[in-house]
Amino acid sequence: MNAPQRSTGAAIEIRKASKRYGAFTALNDIDLHIRPGEFMTLLGPSGSGKTTTLNLIAGFTDISSGALEIGGKSVTGLPSHKRNIGVVFQHYALFPHMTVGKNVAYPLTLRGIKGDDRERRVKRALDMVKMADFAHRYPNELSGGQQQRVALARALVFDPPLLLMDEPLGALDKKLREWLQLEIKRIHRELGTTFVYVTHDQEEALVLSDRIAVFNGGRIEQIGTGRELYDNPATLFVGRFIGESTVLRGASDVSGNDTIMTIGSDRVVAHGRLAGDARPVMLLRPERVALKRAGADVVTGENRLSGTIAEAIYLGSGSKYEVRLNDGTIAVVRSPLGASDFAIGDSVDIAFMPADLILLPDDASADVTLT
Amino acid sequence: MTATSDLTTGAERPAFLSRFRPRGAVWLAAPAVLVLVVALAYPLAIVVVRSFTDPVPGIDNYIWFFQSAVNRTVLQRTFVVAAWVTLVSLICAYPYAYAMTIVGKNVRLVLILCVLVPFWLSGVVRTLAWVILLQDSGVINSFLRGLGLSPVKLIRTPPGVIIGMTQVLLPFMILPIYSVMKGIDTRLLQAARSLGAKPWRAFLQIYVPLSLPGVYAGAIIVFILSLGFYITPALLGGPRSILLSSLVQNQVLSLLNWGRGGAMGVVLLVATFVLLAIAAPLMRQKHTSTRREA
Repeated sequence: MNAPQRSTGAAIEIRKASKRYGAFTALNDIDLHIRPGEFMTLLGPSGSGKTTTLNLIAGFTDISSGALEIGGKSVTGLPSHKRNIGVVFQHYALFPHMTVGKNVAYPLTLRGIKGDDRERRVKRALDMVKMADFAHRYPNELSGGQQQRVALARALVFDPPLLLMDEPLGALDKKLREWLQLEIKRIHRELGTTFVYVTHDQEEALVLSDRIAVFNGGRIEQIGTGRELYDNPATLFVGRFIGESTVLRGASDVSGNDTIMTIGSDRVVAHGRLAGDARPVMLLRPERVALKRAGADVVTGENRLSGTIAEAIYLGSGSKYEVRLNDGTIAVVRSPLGASDFAIGDSVDIAFMPADLILLPDDASADVTLT
Repeated sequence: MTATSDLTTGAERPAFLSRFRPRGAVWLAAPAVLVLVVALAYPLAIVVVRSFTDPVPGIDNYIWFFQSAVNRTVLQRTFVVAAWVTLVSLICAYPYAYAMTIVGKNVRLVLILCVLVPFWLSGVVRTLAWVILLQDSGVINSFLRGLGLSPVKLIRTPPGVIIGMTQVLLPFMILPIYSVMKGIDTRLLQAARSLGAKPWRAFLQIYVPLSLPGVYAGAIIVFILSLGFYITPALLGGPRSILLSSLVQNQVLSLLNWGRGGAMGVVLLVATFVLLAIAAPLMRQKHTSTRREA
């Protein structure tokens, strides 16, 4: 096996951590526990605190209050060069005056590893990212994707128990990004190192992560697997940030164990009710919705909202429609290959079962932060 | 790698940019070329020709130059003084330029002004200021005497000349170093620290090598300007610190011996070229090449 030996990943424990810059609070009282060997993604829009959290772990800044432990030891006040953490930056940060081989050897040289041992470990790390043939090149002779693979080899060559990645694929084009996502996933599987990955791309987070922490406004809104976040978002922000969705708002009433909402002239029933007196909104995933000709194919128990097709997009694997409902709401619908086609302006109904609606407390800030 | 080798690197110019080359663009350089030809190339050619023809054809002027012990001493001293000026300038300029890159906007403005204001004063005025500071009864020696220390001989000595020349030439060292330093991505230092480098080690192994192009550029400019410096060494120097430029002036303006003066100039020019040829490989930065291996 060419890859560096499997290491035991480090656990990270963040308790009640805050980071303030003067009057601005970048991070507000967050708790985050990352398990050894876990792939944890910090997901959120820009300015949400995810990069600040990464910088705290890396030791590039210090927490204003709270506790931070890596591998069971408090690292407060420990400078970054003593933390033994691999870091991969969005801007690659390869040393332009050193060849690829020298770049990867650098952390080993700093640790007093010399000669054949160093050579062997550099080769092993470059093999792992499939860049062994490029050892004598300079960074500016490589493409962005190649540079980032070298940066990854350099961050892993000294077998750190923890690897931090700050939007490492942000500067690359889509195809290359998707390919490198799979490479990163494979390397994580092979090494057993704890990976902490920062991104604002929810699809990337879903592809890579064991668990995702969703950041918003300096707080963590929810931590969970991709499936948990998609199926059971804790807040409207999480529901809207992960995947596509339609948000239904209207006057609502509670009847038994159901919540009933009036949208335009239609009524929608959802199972369950919110605790307390928060104003409910209903979240609908596009693949849970069926598109039907107005008034056709009625199924008992289903909710129906009428509207007209505002946009029809052919995607190859299916179609995506935007339906303008009677109250002006735009609903997103994905229909699979083979479903009947609709054209812009067609009168349609969207149909969905009460169990497919996600009931959440309304939160106006979720709309603002997404734009 | 198969999947990525065809992607353009960030360092390469896109093809459409290098193709944008309007015809006749070279004429944009015409005014400068004209000035250089009239004001530099033509007189220089005359000087070279006269060094071989005046007063009689042959290499008599050069034989005279190298047979004179005074000339050889002065030539050597000129290079030694230039080397000292370069070294002292570098020692002063490097931390100064680095400070310029890390301070706030207002402080940086003040630092830039401190570099540029001397440019706006005539060299003669600045040198006369140094005469006041350095002379035997000048400010520095009065201060030393006040402290009960014995005075130092500065004016009309090589150290005095070096101090004065360094002050005048310092901007030529600071500005190239600063312009390179401000382009250095300091996040590389953060990356080095994350890989385990102590801050001073990251600075020496990452920052300093990346700043070297500015150091080389500044050092060469200062060194070459020092070799031909006239006013400051003439005013601050004494008989034991005469530099070649003063000898040339003496030959041409006092003795009207254009041939010998020309020969001295040519010797200085050739020596400078030789030095540049030696320094050139040092300056060639491998990482700035866009060479591609098959």
